[in-house]
Amino acid sequence: MIWLQLLYVYLKIGIFGFGGGYAMLSLIQADVVDRYKWISLQEFTDIVAISQMTPGPIGINSATYIGYTAIHNAGYPPFMAVLGSCLTTFAVCLPSFILVLVISYFFAKFKNNKYVVAAFTGLRPATVGLIAAAALMLMNKENFIDYKSFLIFGAAFILTWKFKIHPILMIVLAGVAGLILYW
Amino acid sequence: MLPLIQREVVDRGWLSKEDFIDLFSVAQSLPGIFAVNISIFVGYKLKKTMGSVVCALGTILPSFLIILLIATFFTQVQDNEWVEKIFKGLRPAVVALIAVPCITTARSIKLTYVSMLIPVAAALLIWIGGVSPVWIILVAIAGGLVYGLKIKKN
Repeated sequence: MIWLQLLYVYLKIGIFGFGGGYAMLSLIQADVVDRYKWISLQEFTDIVAISQMTPGPIGINSATYIGYTAIHNAGYPPFMAVLGSCLTTFAVCLPSFILVLVISYFFAKFKNNKYVVAAFTGLRPATVGLIAAAALMLMNKENFIDYKSFLIFGAAFILTWKFKIHPILMIVLAGVAGLILYW
Repeated sequence: MLPLIQREVVDRGWLSKEDFIDLFSVAQSLPGIFAVNISIFVGYKLKKTMGSVVCALGTILPSFLIILLIATFFTQVQDNEWVEKIFKGLRPAVVALIAVPCITTARSIKLTYVSMLIPVAAALLIWIGGVSPVWIILVAIAGGLVYGLKIKKN
């Protein structure tokens, strides 16, 4: 059952994942954390952190990781968990794979197509909302446990926004801050 | 990631710069993972369907293997007290790392006070209302079509 659900959820994420990795996060969270409860919100946040530190697209990284963890948490042995990660990674890529092949085949002038242009006047601002929702949903008591969490958040926000610190460096600094503050 | 792809694909003479820019803008407007989408386009241009399968696998495999390695390792150590301390520090920073691109994206698409209502409403519906993001996307596409094709014309 969990296999079919994983397939369904990741196909859905592949079909509706407009606007890049960050916008995809709220789609992933809605099903993986809130609806099916395969992983906790904390685990989800950890996976996002790990995805940001490793090279490669966040969509692939999180699909692979969640496929593995969901099957692992369901009590299956490790090799089944590897199959789970294969399934989710395959499923998240399949819809756009088919779409890209169809577009390549007909080679329609997709970019300047008036329907596509029109749809994006709505999609673009909505994408900002999806990213905001992802951030807001992670601002809860599991991730913000005390005033130190808010200190780290404030510092990370300013360093990233004003000083354009690279995300990987930011994650490393936050990890060191965690070690020191929670010594 | 874009300059990396462009250097490999254009400088090797696989695609002209114009073709690449065309594919790039189409790949951006498709759902799914951008890096994978563009690799499928490039693969198809070069060697049809087989080429696109090979290129997609080439993009997916390195991240897949790295994450698999980390996932197996991390499920063993996540209850370690030191790892837990590190992640207590990481989690709020992750939220900041998502909040910042939200603001920069909002600025780059030049939202007006009126169009600002769209992301605000979308975020609140998902966050407080528990509405599925899928509905938000469908409504945004429908709204964009109505606005772009009907209202803007008049």
